[in-house]
Amino acid sequence: MSQFEIVSREDFSEVTYLLEVRHPQMARAARPGQFVIVMLNEHGERIPLTIADFDRHRGTITLVIQAVGKTTKQMQQECRVGTSLFGLVGPMGIPTHIGKPKKVLCVGGGLGVAPVFPQARALKEAGAYVIGILGFRSKDLIFWEDKFRAACDELILCTNDGSAGMKGLITDGIAVALAGHADVDECVAIGPPVMMKACADATRARRIKTMVSVNPIMVDGTGMCGGCRVKVGDDVKFACVDGPDFDGHLVDFDDLMTRLRRFTPEEKRAEQRWSDSCRMPQPPAMRKVGEDGLELPDPSEEALGG
Amino acid sequence: MPVKRSDKTPMPVHDAQLRAHDFVEVNTGYTPAHAAFEAERCLRCQDAACVDGCPVNIPIPDFIHAVAAGDMPKAAQILRGANPLPSICGRVCPQENQCEAQCHMLKRFNPVAIGHLERFVADWERTQPVTAKPNITRKEKIAVIGAGPSGLVCAGELARLGYSVTVYEALHAPGGVLRYGIPEFRLPKSVLDWEIGVLKAMGVEIVCNVVIGRTIKMDDLFENMGYAAVFIGTGAGLPQFLGIPGENLNGVMSANEFLTRMNLMGGYKFPENDTPMKVGKRVAVIGAGNTAMDAVRSSLRLGAEAAYIVYRRSEKEMGARVEEYHHAIEEGVDFRWLTNPLEVVDDGNGWVSGLKCQKMKLGEPDASGRARPIPIEGSEFVLPVDNVVLAIGTTPNPLLTRTTSGLMTNKKGCLVADESTGLTSKALVFAGGDAVTGAATVILAAGAGKRSAQAIHEALQQAPVAAH
Repeated sequence: MSQFEIVSREDFSEVTYLLEVRHPQMARAARPGQFVIVMLNEHGERIPLTIADFDRHRGTITLVIQAVGKTTKQMQQECRVGTSLFGLVGPMGIPTHIGKPKKVLCVGGGLGVAPVFPQARALKEAGAYVIGILGFRSKDLIFWEDKFRAACDELILCTNDGSAGMKGLITDGIAVALAGHADVDECVAIGPPVMMKACADATRARRIKTMVSVNPIMVDGTGMCGGCRVKVGDDVKFACVDGPDFDGHLVDFDDLMTRLRRFTPEEKRAEQRWSDSCRMPQPPAMRKVGEDGLELPDPSEEALGG
Repeated sequence: MPVKRSDKTPMPVHDAQLRAHDFVEVNTGYTPAHAAFEAERCLRCQDAACVDGCPVNIPIPDFIHAVAAGDMPKAAQILRGANPLPSICGRVCPQENQCEAQCHMLKRFNPVAIGHLERFVADWERTQPVTAKPNITRKEKIAVIGAGPSGLVCAGELARLGYSVTVYEALHAPGGVLRYGIPEFRLPKSVLDWEIGVLKAMGVEIVCNVVIGRTIKMDDLFENMGYAAVFIGTGAGLPQFLGIPGENLNGVMSANEFLTRMNLMGGYKFPENDTPMKVGKRVAVIGAGNTAMDAVRSSLRLGAEAAYIVYRRSEKEMGARVEEYHHAIEEGVDFRWLTNPLEVVDDGNGWVSGLKCQKMKLGEPDASGRARPIPIEGSEFVLPVDNVVLAIGTTPNPLLTRTTSGLMTNKKGCLVADESTGLTSKALVFAGGDAVTGAATVILAAGAGKRSAQAIHEALQQAPVAAH
């Protein structure tokens, strides 16, 4: 079965990788801001991933994934060009509203850089002046700088350790952008909840409309379970069908972060169990001699060493 | 042990103490001797009222007669001719409100155990090779949205009528509530898989991982994909919440999330399966329908030491099947009648520590015809629990209607459809099951699917070329 075949893969760093998956129907239907639910195999869980790009001519969608737990690490190990995903459904969620903003900040933190890209591109195509603000921990985690340079009028790159671009947090990048532009009328911020919260706080005083893309725990992604519910103002919303984009000045990020910890012990247990099984000694034929020509350690010795 | 003819032949079950901790099917099914004995109880009424009580009008006395005569192939053929999902309906129908409620035996004795006999025949059939074959004799293609009971039955009927049918399902496996909702101990997934296998053998194509409205627009089904008619069987899967304080705390789940994690994702086998599913020591399930029974009985099986049903009305108003209720009592579920939840109590770290409730008394009947619960002042108390599961009902998912123009819904979000045909406000688009009625039963959905299949057939014969 060659459904949901992976047609290309790119590794941005030790933890971040890109998969381009064949799905012509979805490539046609996808809009910026939407996401998919992926299942690696029949025993797998359903995980939400934002559509980082789509190519209608190639009939593919692109996912950028960070290996943070069992499923994403297993995908990093097993998803190669030519392999297929067991399940892939979407595009889910309400597409981002691309109105007629004049000047926009497109802010991406870490992995959030990927899902902000289709929005930045669509905003640019809609005629907006786009200021991209990308934040990474350090230089070696940077990806898609070139794609953003092509889609943005200005690009501010921040790294926490100053190894590339300006040194500082993404909110420092926002401060720089706002200092240079008094007429920013919209902000799109995607990244970890704590970063989106900080971005919303940074734009609140200037009353700049700030849209964030929330990332709660999801199961079905079609609105049938409410596992992804988030507090937005006085309402409780289901991120999968009412979102995932919401007004960042209204989202209760503390509630979101608490709810993201619902299964932390189980997530650790699943990952531990999986990594233990990966550390099982491999048959000698599978091992390659290192480039430095050193002999490989005795497999039984390695197994003992755990 | 001799059984009096006035009583139903009891269904053999696994021991309550043992089964309360595993996911093996509770009912073990009739033996041929049980079935023959029970079939003999049927009076073979000329005017068989039981048939009218069945939403798909199974010729009940005929199949029971075949069982009594020991002619299992005939019994199976009669059943399947009327109901494409007999091994499921025999297990999950509330027969006490349907066929068995009309049985003439009921006037003086207990009704004939029609459901148990249906299940017996269907289970026998599953031991035989599948004989169904594709029979595509018509050029029109029909799309069915949703692979739940109404969609599967509609697809099966249309395939029998000679149409080429494709069922589109949003999840990664077909079955709808039969897959994600009803637990293994009530409906083994192997039974569901077998029934779906029969439909596939008949030529029904099932395409999973497609959300109509998102992956494919409804209008594209007609305009670009050449379907002549569409049946919508998308169910009522949107869970309701109470809107009480503390409902967002960790440890509070909708029954849909609880059951989906457990059944569809196999979370009861975590970490063998990747989807986590756990309960604490004490679980409160709010509601008293079949969904609540499924969740509360599953809680015990997942290791809870105490599992409560919290219901604001009394035992009499409960919506669950009698059989499930009795099984729940035997397994040790603690029922708190006339108890209304007011607030989920925070443990200080964002997790549930209890459920604040208020005792109720019953007053005059309300709009639903059931006695209205009235709070008793000063009766508030906190039930210490680690989890709260909300099983207070579902409404239709708005995803399809939000993304499709011209589909009329009522104020509850249900699709507006003709009662006898299921025709919606859109030409050649039919609908049935919970998407139209709101949350109801598997067999009512199956009945609606069957009626719409017939209506689609008639509509296409009148207008063979779709004017869309």
